[in-house]
Amino acid sequence: MNAALLYALAGVVLFAVGVAGLLALPHLLRKILAFNILGSGAFLVLVGLGQRDGVVDPVPQAMVLTGIVVAIAATALALALARHLYERTGRMQLPESRGAEPESRDD
Amino acid sequence: MSSFFDPLPWLVMLPLVWGTIAFMLGAGRGARLAIVAIALQLLLALKLAGQMLEGGARSYAVGGWGAPLGIDLAADGLAAAMMLLTQAVALPLAVYARGYFAARPAGSALFWPITGYLLAALNALFLSADLFNIYVTLELLGLAAVGLVAIAGGKQPLAAAMRYLLATLLGSGAYLLGVALIYGAYGSVSLEVLHPLVAAEAPLAVMLAAVLMLLGLLLKTALFPFHFWLPPAHGGAPAPVSALLSALVVKASFYLVVRLWLELFAPLATPAAAQLIGLLGAAAILWGSWHALTQTRLKMLVAYSTVAQIGYLFLLFPLATPETAASAFQGGVMQAMAHGLAKAAMFAAAGSMIVATGRDDISHLGGVGVQLPLTLFTFGMAGVTLMGLPPSAGFSAKWLLLMAAVESGQWWWVMLMIGGGLLSAAYVFKVLRRAFLPVAEGDHVTPVPRVLEWSAFALALAAVVLGLYGEPLLQLLMVGRMA
Repeated sequence: MNAALLYALAGVVLFAVGVAGLLALPHLLRKILAFNILGSGAFLVLVGLGQRDGVVDPVPQAMVLTGIVVAIAATALALALARHLYERTGRMQLPESRGAEPESRDD
Repeated sequence: MSSFFDPLPWLVMLPLVWGTIAFMLGAGRGARLAIVAIALQLLLALKLAGQMLEGGARSYAVGGWGAPLGIDLAADGLAAAMMLLTQAVALPLAVYARGYFAARPAGSALFWPITGYLLAALNALFLSADLFNIYVTLELLGLAAVGLVAIAGGKQPLAAAMRYLLATLLGSGAYLLGVALIYGAYGSVSLEVLHPLVAAEAPLAVMLAAVLMLLGLLLKTALFPFHFWLPPAHGGAPAPVSALLSALVVKASFYLVVRLWLELFAPLATPAAAQLIGLLGAAAILWGSWHALTQTRLKMLVAYSTVAQIGYLFLLFPLATPETAASAFQGGVMQAMAHGLAKAAMFAAAGSMIVATGRDDISHLGGVGVQLPLTLFTFGMAGVTLMGLPPSAGFSAKWLLLMAAVESGQWWWVMLMIGGGLLSAAYVFKVLRRAFLPVAEGDHVTPVPRVLEWSAFALALAAVVLGLYGEPLLQLLMVGRMA
């Protein structure tokens, strides 16, 4: 097993851990952290597979840099939403309701 | 041709610029600027479509750098058509939103800047020529859309926005992992470079990548059973936001599914996979229509109707057999256009009814038919498009899809489409029936500003006009088809 494959497999494992956390953990902060783990997994696959015969390919590095910026923006938005939700409900969890029930008044 | 006035980069730049200016102007400002700028964008999209009908597909190297160092923008007929739809829906909606927020200011503070960014993300997504740029624009689009859902600020909209955000992040995460695997296999993300490579040889990792990217996009398109986030997000937001999201945002990820399935991953797509995705579409039609019928809130009814109509879009894939590829493709995209215009009109009309009656409740719609005849007519006309009755664009779309189904001998999809049309009729008439009743005791229906009625009507009218004069659009769609 070469190094590239090892990185890629580790990335896939991280991604799977992130998906499991995002789906299974109820606490919003944990969900947001799980999203970051999931993203890091994908980045690791991108950088890991992006080296051929030990020569580093700069293009995936640039992509991951862009991806990190996107992930930070998404995390910031998620944290802001979670905080507002906490202020209004006193809980760091999504309410149980699903689409079928009346969700809100218009305003 | 890369003159200064090339429409390609300006279609991305303009909304970014006016969105930023609107942000700097302060809360709730920038409506007039937005309307003028979107009108300009519509002209640019028309110019681009005209150029392409004569000169074929277009591309543009941003800053003159060229891929892989810089970013290339590319437009074929499909991209140009989606951009036309985007600007054509956004313009009447911007006029509508200005009037709507004057009547109901809740959530107006950040509407204009976020809408600018949303339109920039949409146009950039349609113009993307590589898989990674698509990822970035998908994320931008998702973040802007979540922002729009959250602007109303109540407990339920915030929860809906949070759920939507988590769903959309999971979707783009899966998509990104797919991109990483593709880059690992081929060392490129350019659609043009990858196309022959995938056709030549596709290792297992690419198969996995295709499945991951597709699942991520289906989650973002809210195809059944991934639709759970859509009704609260679309039904809970202010009406102009619901209209933008239902008409345009879900179409962007659908556009990518079409692009990947019919072009990049066409060599990997099996008939069984196509039937499976068609089945999910069928389930979406039945499930969405049924839930639309059982809703008591008007906007939730329209939101569940979106779940159902998304199902029709995915009938494209089982119907696109080698002999019927062209008509299935044209029918599927025409359905996306028809639904975009009609659903924007329907949400806008629903918003006017809510402004007039002061509440979002179907059982209190009595009197709307007398007080807001034009709005009710708009709702009905949009309903005609959703049912797929002539002369609307919904009819053209379903006709093309029906032809493809008959020609490829798949009669079960014919039955589904006819049955689905009846179900749409049922939930549209549920609203119309209530609205024609007299005002109930204790209720009051106040008139709404005329601009709300007419801008919604323009959208519904556009869906009918597209049905009558759809020929140039179908021609445009075939410009630069790869597969």
